[in-house]
This record gives sequence, structure tokens and C-alpha cells, in this order.
Amino acid sequence: MIVAERKPIQEIADSVRKYEKLLIVGCGTCVTVSLSGGENEAFTVANLLSLVSDAKFDVTYVERQCEPEFLEKLDEAVSKADAVLSLACGVGVQFMAERYPDKPVLPALNTTFMGVNRDVGYLTEMCQGCGNCILEKTGGVCPVARCSKSHFNGPCGGSQNGKCEISNETDCAWQLIYERLKRLDQLDRLCEIIPPRDWRTSRDGGPRKVDRRDLRPEVE
Amino acid sequence: MSEKSRLQKLFEAGKFVVTTEIGPPMSADAENVRVKAREISGKVDAANVTDCQTSIVRMSSIAAAVIAQSEGVETIMQMTCRDRNRIAIQSDILGAYALGLKNILCLSGDHQSFGNDPQSKNVYDIDSIQLTQAVASMANEGKFINGKSCKTPAEFFVGATVNPFADPEDIQILRLQKKINAGARFIQTQAVYDVDRFEAFMEKVRRKGLHEKAYIQAGILVNKSLRSIEMTAQVPGMAIPEELIARMRDADDKQAEGLKIALELIAKLKTIPGISGIHIMAVGWESIVPELVGQAGFLPRPEI
Repeated sequence: MIVAERKPIQEIADSVRKYEKLLIVGCGTCVTVSLSGGENEAFTVANLLSLVSDAKFDVTYVERQCEPEFLEKLDEAVSKADAVLSLACGVGVQFMAERYPDKPVLPALNTTFMGVNRDVGYLTEMCQGCGNCILEKTGGVCPVARCSKSHFNGPCGGSQNGKCEISNETDCAWQLIYERLKRLDQLDRLCEIIPPRDWRTSRDGGPRKVDRRDLRPEVE
Repeated sequence: MSEKSRLQKLFEAGKFVVTTEIGPPMSADAENVRVKAREISGKVDAANVTDCQTSIVRMSSIAAAVIAQSEGVETIMQMTCRDRNRIAIQSDILGAYALGLKNILCLSGDHQSFGNDPQSKNVYDIDSIQLTQAVASMANEGKFINGKSCKTPAEFFVGATVNPFADPEDIQILRLQKKINAGARFIQTQAVYDVDRFEAFMEKVRRKGLHEKAYIQAGILVNKSLRSIEMTAQVPGMAIPEELIARMRDADDKQAEGLKIALELIAKLKTIPGISGIHIMAVGWESIVPELVGQAGFLPRPEI
């Protein structure tokens, strides 16, 4: 799941200041689960903005801002607005901007990470989408996303009492990997030196795409 | 094959090696490095030159090491994986060797959140074990990380670190073994205060025969004040028995007590089987190193 957090209301107010009619759009999937961008949050943002802004707001939401069939029903409302304030993740904001090339589409959220809900209002990062999964070697715990230094060959010297050197509130991924492999009786996996990895599958290779030609026979 | 470093020759001759550290200044002041180098010249066998330690911007370890060597102190260039990708790392390795540096210590590097620029991006393209393997592979096989040959490779004497006091405890031996398998020829440990725990660690090292595959130097940190030892105790991965902190707290002359504790630790550590040397860290009290080395009975340093 994509996790996001609402921007400070003043920052949102500053970004929408010059627009008189604003369409505020919530997103009903990932960011609803992280309690940052759903229908309720869209109304909350409208209420808070009304305290600091004279603009007129319409509030709506769609199931997913990242799919065209859901955006279609916004076309009319968007045409009447000066700008759109999107409570989707960065994907939704950009997809709306593509669909409405003549309308400013502004983000109300900061997209933070791919992670899970561990408690109400408590979410943690699990995956960085690096494009080359090694979870089979690390007991199902990701060192790329969850080790502060993305180490592949065990913990650094700063791991203490199961916590990372950056904070007592951050678990050491390698402690978790160690415990899990021990339980699975696979500690021998830790002896292997994992060589420098190919980061081309990650952001470092440039913007990525999945191009399944097998599913797109019309493309030569 | 070019001439070996003094450090390597001493280890290979079975001498008990004594090293310390030079922390480069947070400025372009070459004289600062020269003064620090002159203070320890002839008192130690080599000096680590740190690489933006605790993630604070300082003169580069390569530049400071070259300046220190011009004062007659052999250096151990520290290199971390925090600030450079494999292109920059290998480029620096070639340049450093071309400038006359011969020893390298491979580290992951403190996370940037410790320093003055927590807003910065970190790199960690490779980790410390992959760095160790890369430097060793260049030295031994003349290969870059990408497998291509290097015509005139850097032939560093490769070192790495181990922290016997970090968690998970069982993994630290494994990490040491991996670093040695990756090509580390000498190992510097985190500062030791808890000798009993360190002896237990060295027992495991000997059982695996790791002390016969790499030269292991025990780390010593000499504290100048109560605040210094208390701050040290807060560093992640550092184990200091409460008794030693209490001794500093109760002492009238903190400096004398700090020196005394360091000397006692050295006396114990140097007798542990499998220990080939001592590495002295005198953070903020570098001027004490000559006296500490003298009182520990390490002078004169051997010729080679």
C-alpha cells in the first residue's frame, strides 16, 4: 500500500491562494487506508482551508485517481473549477494533471512510502520498489528499504538491542533478518557475500516502466 | 608489485603494531594536519585518517593523509560507503594510491543523521563488505568492480573493522569472517572497555582461526573527562562497564584517571592471544597519544 501524509494546512493554503473555485478530490484506495486522503480527509481539508481562505470549495472523491475510468466522472466538476486539489498520492496527482492539461492540479499530501498499517495512525515502510527482490535471501525482511544504509551483508556496527543507530524507535532490519533466519534454520545464508547489486532496476536506471509485449500484441 | 606499506611489513614481521588516528580539520587548514602528524611522528606505526567522521564535513581523508605522510607519518586512509557510489570510490582509490597512500580501512560510515547535514542524501551503492572485496580484488587481481582489468591497479593493504559489542552478537563473528573472506588483511576493533566480553569474542575468533587469516588490532579509546566517557557510552554499539564510568566520576584528576584506565586496558588487551596490535583513538585528546604510547611501553617503535 502507498502511504501518504497530509501537508501542513498552511502550505496547502499558500499553494491554492490565487484560485477562487477549487475542486478538492479525495482518493478512495491506499491513502484512505492511511487516513490521509480519503473522503473524510477531503472534507477536513476543505473545513480547515475555509478558516484561512476565501476560495469556494467543492469536495468530491473517486475510488482511485490512478485509473482513467474512475477519473472520467470528474470531468464536468473539473471543468468548472479554477484548480484541483488532489488528496491522492503522487501517482494520482500526476495522472489527474495528465488528464486535465489546462488545469493546475495541486498536491495536498506528501507521498511517503510503500508500507503497512501496524496500528491506527502508525505505518511503517516495507518496500522501496527497487526492482530486484532478494527477500528469499533475507528471511522475508527487506534490507534495501528497512536498513538505514541498505546493507546487503549484515548489520553495521551501530546495531544495538535490536535497534538502528539512527533512532531507538527504528528496528534494525538485520536483527529482524537474523532472528527470522535463525528460526527458519537458515543462518548459513548469512555467510554468503552478496556482491554489489545492479541498481538499474531501481530509480538509478532512470524512470521505469513495465512493458509486457506478450500482453500487447498490437505493438510491433 | 610495488613496495609494501610499513604497516604490512610490521604485521608480517610479527611486530606488535601501534596505530592511532588523525581527524582532519573542518577547514582547509593544512597546518592543522601537519601539527597533528608531527606530534605522533615516530610514536606510532601508522595513523588512520578519518573520512568525514560522524558525518561532519571535514578535509577529505585522502588530502589529509597525503599531508600527514609529508610529515613522515604513514597513514591508513579510511573510506566509507556513505558519500560515494562505486564510480567515485574506485576513482578515489586510484587517486589515493597514485598519491602514495598504501593502507585503506573500509567502513560503512556513520549515518548522516549524526552530523551537521542530516538533510543530505546518502549513497550506499555498495556496503562495507562489498567495498572490502572491491579494494582487495583490485589489489590482488587488478580488477574493477565491473570485472574489467585495471592496467596499473591500486595495491592497497586492505583493512576492515569489527564491533564485538554490536548486536546481534552471533552475527559479528560471521561479519568478521565475511570481511576476511572478502579480502581484509587487518582488522581494527571498536573501542574495547569490557575486556571480559572481548576475551569471549576473541575465543570465538581463535576457534575459527580468523586471527591466523588477518591481523587483529584491539581498539582503545582514551577519555579526557567524565563527559567524554559518558558521551562515548551513548554511541550505538559501545559497551562500557558502569564501574569505569564511576571511576571517572569519582576521580579528582579526570585526565590522570582516563590515562590510567587506558593503560590498564592496553596491558590486558595486548596479552590476549590473537591480538596483533593496538589502535588508539584519542578523540579530542590527540596530544596524549605520545605519553600514552610511552607509558604503555611501546617506545621506541620498531624499524623495518
